[in-house]
Amino acid sequence: MKRRKFLTLAGGAAGAALAGAKAGAAPAVEEPATEFYGVLVDTTRCIGCRACEVACSVEHGNDVPDVEHDGALAELRDTSERQWTVVNRFETERGEMFVKKQCMHCWQPACTAACLTNAMYKTREGPVIWRSGKCMGCRYCMVSCPFDIPKFEYDAWNPKISKCTMCAERLALGQKPACVEACPTDALMFGMKRELMEIARTRIYSHPGRYVRQIYGEHEVGGTGWLYLAAVPFEQLGFRTDLGTTPYPEFTRDFLYGVPVVLFGLPALLLGLNLLAERRTQP
Amino acid sequence: MSAEPLPLDPRPSVPERSFFRFLLGELRPRGKWLTPFNLISIPVILLGVGILVVRFIYGLESVSNLNQAYPWGLWKGFNVITGVAFAGGAYVITFVVYVMRLDKYEPIVRATVLNGLLAYVFYAGALILDLGRPWNIINPVIGNSFGYNSVLFLVAWHFMLYMVAECIEFSPVVAEWAGWRRVRRVLHSLTLGAVIFGITLSTLHQSGLGALFLMAKPKIHPLWYSEFIPILFLASSIPAGLSMVIVEGTLTRRAFREQLIPAGDRAHEEIVLGLAKGACIALFVYYFFKALLFVHEHQWSYLGSPWGWWYLLEVVGLVLVPCVMFAYAVRHRRLGLVRVAAVLTLLGIVMNRLNVSVIAFNWNSPATYHPSWEEYVVSLTVVFAELWVFRWIVRRMPVLRASPAASRGE
Repeated sequence: MKRRKFLTLAGGAAGAALAGAKAGAAPAVEEPATEFYGVLVDTTRCIGCRACEVACSVEHGNDVPDVEHDGALAELRDTSERQWTVVNRFETERGEMFVKKQCMHCWQPACTAACLTNAMYKTREGPVIWRSGKCMGCRYCMVSCPFDIPKFEYDAWNPKISKCTMCAERLALGQKPACVEACPTDALMFGMKRELMEIARTRIYSHPGRYVRQIYGEHEVGGTGWLYLAAVPFEQLGFRTDLGTTPYPEFTRDFLYGVPVVLFGLPALLLGLNLLAERRTQP
Repeated sequence: MSAEPLPLDPRPSVPERSFFRFLLGELRPRGKWLTPFNLISIPVILLGVGILVVRFIYGLESVSNLNQAYPWGLWKGFNVITGVAFAGGAYVITFVVYVMRLDKYEPIVRATVLNGLLAYVFYAGALILDLGRPWNIINPVIGNSFGYNSVLFLVAWHFMLYMVAECIEFSPVVAEWAGWRRVRRVLHSLTLGAVIFGITLSTLHQSGLGALFLMAKPKIHPLWYSEFIPILFLASSIPAGLSMVIVEGTLTRRAFREQLIPAGDRAHEEIVLGLAKGACIALFVYYFFKALLFVHEHQWSYLGSPWGWWYLLEVVGLVLVPCVMFAYAVRHRRLGLVRVAAVLTLLGIVMNRLNVSVIAFNWNSPATYHPSWEEYVVSLTVVFAELWVFRWIVRRMPVLRASPAASRGE
């Protein structure tokens, strides 16, 4: 991490310096290590009541679904710019299962690495949030997110990127996320990721027949804030299991490493070539 | 730099105090109005501007088919990502002329640089049409939010800096047009520095456009995703740029006959053949990379699917075939065939860039995206607007008519 940060800083600073901007403006504050918050989703406990959907939309002023009558479980839904979490029903080898979907709050998010204005921002507490004053609406976060979570308001003149914020504003007040508080079956559990991992492992060990021996989010894309337990293999629950365990920002790391080298090396090479070419034409 | 004579401009040189009046005179339209190009481009541009007004009032959805699964569509995929590859001719030609000092290509350097500059202004500028909150574009520039970890941050900065470099490269032409002798001498002395800076920036942002898609690994079809995508984008920008120079040269020489020095055709023929040779070699290198990756990553199994045929059409039909055509045409001095090969190469690049950014993107998702007619009109508007500015400049400034002796600075 350190080396990467230095090199990318160096690259950026070089660009800024060449433009005549102040290179010293780069903030390089050493932040104290903090444990991330997360949520453990035990899909074996979820009854598909969708109280989390309602609580989320009420909390954030989004469209509140009519849980009793809309029959939304009949089809596979995605989160949207008006609804940041959805519960889907899956027919599996062990019967009907319900899975809540929302932002995974990655440990090293692709969206924040993609964002050229730091509008997408991983807070020290764990939530990945979006800051409206910085975003220019390029939608590169949407291209990069392996879970296709950031959504864009295509129908607005001043569109927002919208997605689950893990209720960062409630966390700041010492409260749990709205969905966790609304869950009647304790299918959602809020806590430090380290603690949640222990709880998840304990459940798997103490009920070996009930769970598959995998915690989705432990290693996926380098680890996520939200963790899932399931009774059946995760492919049957609509999860992508081909995302790998590499944090997504790593995919662009080598390229960004190369930038300062090219930025300083290539001009020297070109100047050398130019001098050689001069010799050749002047006898 | 020694003192340089100005090019032989038929017009009398303008005293600087009447520059304003001179500018007013130059701003007036010239030439015939009722040309086929005008008859097509004027309605398209007016319609495009209307669509853009709607777009900025009611949001992107009102005119485009972009959706949550396809955040980037025709405007980014074609205008920005393909347009910048096509503008690659400027860094290749300035490398050849100013760094390697191959004077043979001197006569085309001004038109190529102008094309490159305008391509960046309009095609990179087309990005603004696509941005949801374009007024915040200033954020990554003024330093209140530098996203150092973002490839897009790098690309954005390089676009801006490269435009500055191209302005410097082109500025002597503007000084000649305005009749500023001393200014021209100063600006001309900056050229080599701007060229070296520009080539470096081009290397990084041509590859950077490819690097944008590195994090889209689970979304792009394996035939188009590779960790070497930046190198493929850089390698292909060379034949793309050279082919664009060939096609653009053919068209401008037809459209602006009055600007050309007589007896230049013979020299131009040699230039085109030289460019074709370069394009042939560059295409082969690109094809070789593609083939190597294909074999190395064991992609045979994909060939049986429609995606495989689509891939073969791109890589064989529009990379290898034009490469062979270029080789044959150079050997037998067939200029017509060179042009056909150049057009095929450009089509291949359009296909490649759209495949990576739009077509093979989210290939495994049920969502689809087909550009709306409004998106096509706006894409065309951007192209036509660029051509209008190009025409305005070529008719007034010594771009095509520059005498080689003057611009070489002897």
